[in-house]
Parts: sequence; C-alpha cells; structure tokens
Amino acid sequence: MAKRRKLGRGVAIVGAGMSKFGMFRDRDTKDVFAEAFNEMLASVDKGVDPKEIDALYVGNFTNDFFVHQSHWGPIVSDLIGHVPRPATRTEGACASSALAFREGVFAIASGFYDMVLVGGVEEMSKRTTEEVAEGLALATVPYEGKVGFTFPGVFGAVATAYFAKYGANREHLMDITIKSHNNAPLNPKAQFKLSIRDLMNAKAASLEKKGIPVPEWKDEKDFLRDPKANPVVAWPMHLYDCCPISDGASCMLLVGEDMAKNFTDDPIYVAGIGQGSGRGLHACDDMTYFEATRYAAEEAYGMSGLKPEDIQFSEVHDCFSIAELIHIEDLGFFKPGQGFKAVEEGATRLDGPMPVNTSGGLKCKGHPVGATGISQLYEVWTQLRGKADKRQVPKKDLRIGAAHNLGGTGGTCTFTILERR
Amino acid sequence: MEQRPFSDISYEQFLNEEKLMGSKCKACDALFVPPKPICTKCYKSDMEWVEMRGKGKLSAFTCIAIGPPSMIAEGYNRKNPYVSGVVELEEGARVDARIDEVDGNNPESIKVGMPLAVKFLHKEGEEGAKTTLAFKPA
Repeated sequence: MAKRRKLGRGVAIVGAGMSKFGMFRDRDTKDVFAEAFNEMLASVDKGVDPKEIDALYVGNFTNDFFVHQSHWGPIVSDLIGHVPRPATRTEGACASSALAFREGVFAIASGFYDMVLVGGVEEMSKRTTEEVAEGLALATVPYEGKVGFTFPGVFGAVATAYFAKYGANREHLMDITIKSHNNAPLNPKAQFKLSIRDLMNAKAASLEKKGIPVPEWKDEKDFLRDPKANPVVAWPMHLYDCCPISDGASCMLLVGEDMAKNFTDDPIYVAGIGQGSGRGLHACDDMTYFEATRYAAEEAYGMSGLKPEDIQFSEVHDCFSIAELIHIEDLGFFKPGQGFKAVEEGATRLDGPMPVNTSGGLKCKGHPVGATGISQLYEVWTQLRGKADKRQVPKKDLRIGAAHNLGGTGGTCTFTILERR
Repeated sequence: MEQRPFSDISYEQFLNEEKLMGSKCKACDALFVPPKPICTKCYKSDMEWVEMRGKGKLSAFTCIAIGPPSMIAEGYNRKNPYVSGVVELEEGARVDARIDEVDGNNPESIKVGMPLAVKFLHKEGEEGAKTTLAFKPA
C-alpha cells in the first residue's frame, strides 16, 4: 500500500513546449530541444526571464547508445544559457522525463528552488531499426535480453498472457490502433498524421500505380489483418501495434504555486504524482498488469484526493497497443479484463466518455523515449487550457487530466494528475 | 553441497553445466529462480542451492521477427523468427527462456499452458562457452 503523501508547497506549470516528433536526418538533440525551449518561453503568458530558472532536470534514456554521447545535463544547460546553474540528467528508460518532472516538483515543493525547467530529449533516428531495438532492449530485465526478448517481444508475450486470461484477441488491439490513428491527424506535432483508412487507401493507390494487384480490404481491420500490409514484428505485435523510432524534445516550466499568477492567469497545478518500480515478467505476480503502475496510481490518487472516475481524459504509455489496454485497467479507468470491451465500444475515443491518448499516443505522435513523459504532460496541459484545437476533448468544464509514463518492462512507472482551478 | 555465490554469474555457470538452479531460503522456503542473494520475503537470507526438475508450462510467448544483431547473426530474421517466452516451472517459479522446437511462423500452433521440458542451447563465443536457457514441447 502506498502511503498518503503531500507536497510541502504546491507546484504549478506556467509554460510548456514540445518539438515536432519525427525522424530528422539533419537535426540533432540540441536542435529539437531548442525548438521545445523556444515554444516554452513563448507560452508563458506574462513572460519569463530564463535567467530566473534555478535548476534544470532533463530526462534522457540512452543517447549514450544512440549517438554515442552521454552527460546531457550540462550540454542542454549550455544550449539554453543556464550555465553555471545546476543541471541534472534523469534516467528511467522510457519514463526518463517523467522522473525529471518529479525531481522538479520535489525541488520546488521542498522550498529549495522557486523556478525549475524540466524536460526530456532523445535522438534515435541515426541508427538502424535493429540497432534501435538493441538499444531499447538495454532497459529490459537482464534475463529477458539474454533469451532474445526485444521490447516488442516483451509486450507480445504480455499480450499472449492477457489473451489467455481474458479471452481478448488481436482484433481488440486493432481497435486501439485505429483510435490512435484517428486522433493523430488532429495533432500538428505528431509523427504520423494519417488514419488507418487513409493509409489503406494510400497503399492501394501505390500498388495500383506499380501495376500490382490491390488486395480487397473491406475495412481498416481487414487491412490490419493482412500480413503483407501489417507484418509481424514480434507476434502478436505487428507493425501497426508498435510505436515508431523518433527524435524529439519536450520541456515545462515549474514554479511555486504561490508565484504562479506572476506568469499566467491560467496556471495548471500538480494535483497528484506517483511513481513505482517493478520486476521483470518472470518475477511479477501476474503478467496482465504492471504492479509499478498500480502503485504509482495509488500514490497519485491518494495525494490528490481524486478517484479514477474524476479523471476526465488521460495520456497513457502506449508503446505497444497491448500496453494501452493494460494501463487503462491498471489506472482504474476500467476493471481488469474489461478494458478491451470498453475500447471496442469506443469509450476511449476523443468523443467517448474517457478519451485516451488524444495526442495520437506514442503510436502516432511518436516516442523519442526520453522526451515522452513530459510530452504527455504537455498534451494534458494543452487540453486543460483549451488549446488543443481540433483534438480538444469535447467536455464541458475540463478540469482534471492525467498522464501515465512507463519505462522498461514496467520497471519504472509514473502517474501524474494535473488540475485547472 | 554447492558453495557458489547466489549470483547471476553462478546461474549462468550452472546453465553451462546443464543445470537450472535457484536459491531457496532455509528459513522461510522462498524460492528464487534465477537465484537471489537476499531473501526478499523474510530477510534471514540463509540460502541454499536447489536444482529445478526442468519441467513446466508456457505462461507467455512471442515470435520475434525483428531481433537484435546477436540473433540475426544466428540466422534469425523476418522469414525465420525465433520464439522467446516465460515458463512456469513445476516448482512454482517462472523463468525467461527461448522456446525451441516450435514453429515461429505458425504462432497459432503454440499455446499458453502447453507442457514444456528444459533444453540447453550451447554456443561457443569469443568469451568462451555460453548457454541459453531454453524449453521445448514435452
């Protein structure tokens, strides 16, 4: 059981920025972070002098492997003119920047700092697909990597355990993929902006142009069932179950709640934060949930005094389609074993009762691993301020949103609840 | 009585010798495979080695078409996927293992719950003999 916790001083978000996500041959880590930082500065309604930032926390998983450069704290610090003030890198695999966010919150809540910049960055596209799979697999549990597990493989195995326990199948995962691909075209920063239907039509047109017979796909699921259109990566995970390889950066400006109105009339407050740790597949009690997510959720709900039914929309860590299904159950939005039915009924669509991954999720928005956690919070911040444009959650009085970030085989999980007052 | 440290290095040495070994706490009977030097159940940590019988059933699996360079070097690829899984041993513990002698191109033929028996895949590498834990249909 998580203890009931509270912050010593409230923390508010007064600015946020995110680079476009994608594969950028001609741009590096610093270029994408600069894009996010500049947007963050411009987003502070009443302006901010960056020299007032007391400290920087930046999440990065393994640029060490991807671009053979470590020690990103001072590099980013120098980039944004923050030297000689402190800069710290946080690492929690794909949850690296959610940890940066937490460190920033703690630093302010303790009273030590007043203003902190938290961010995340990753540069993955300079490596081959196989090399990226190897780099990401550095965050598996050692015993998993040694018997050949990649991350699509780990989540593929989780899917087989979920299917066997609850009677779900690949068709349900397709519902998640189709939903994410429907949200993404509404997000100008997303890496993939085509719905599955558009992709299907584009593929048909390209085959026709080449004089190759076009298969008769009846609908999106028929397209996703076709192993030529949607090949296996790690069965049952196929191409369209997996997030892409991405470059990108994100950042947020945090201040003490007491100072927030100096920067904006519309701050977004940290209502609850939670973090848990987990074991590998072989050691966890049940492979159909992540104990670290459940612990993080309990901590965040306890701190905020909120319940799952109070969360009006959420970003969750859909590195793979099956992961989204498991998280929406672990976070209490749906009962264990019921998530796939809710998804099938459309509950998690943008216009559904519980919109999930309005950004397009990791699947379509992209997943530059170290940048992901804060990019999820960026989406929640954007939605709560009513600035999500075409993908704005169509609910009256949008007040409470949340983000769930996961690293490794559920080794590091966070859940963060944000509030507009 | 084996006196090796309760470590991953010992676990792998045992695999080289075709033994699947775990550590068991004499104080509370908690079993850890791979071994742990600390009993995280009672913290008395009075451990002893125990050998697993090598029988179990499949808890979860995946057929990997895009593997890391080390698996590609062994001849696995999109047309020839390999299978990795989690196996629940008769003794109750679960282990990660390669699942061998099954058809990675026909995942529907591989069933969660199917009975399995241990197998050791030996390989001579630059750093000497290396053994990967595997299971095959029993």
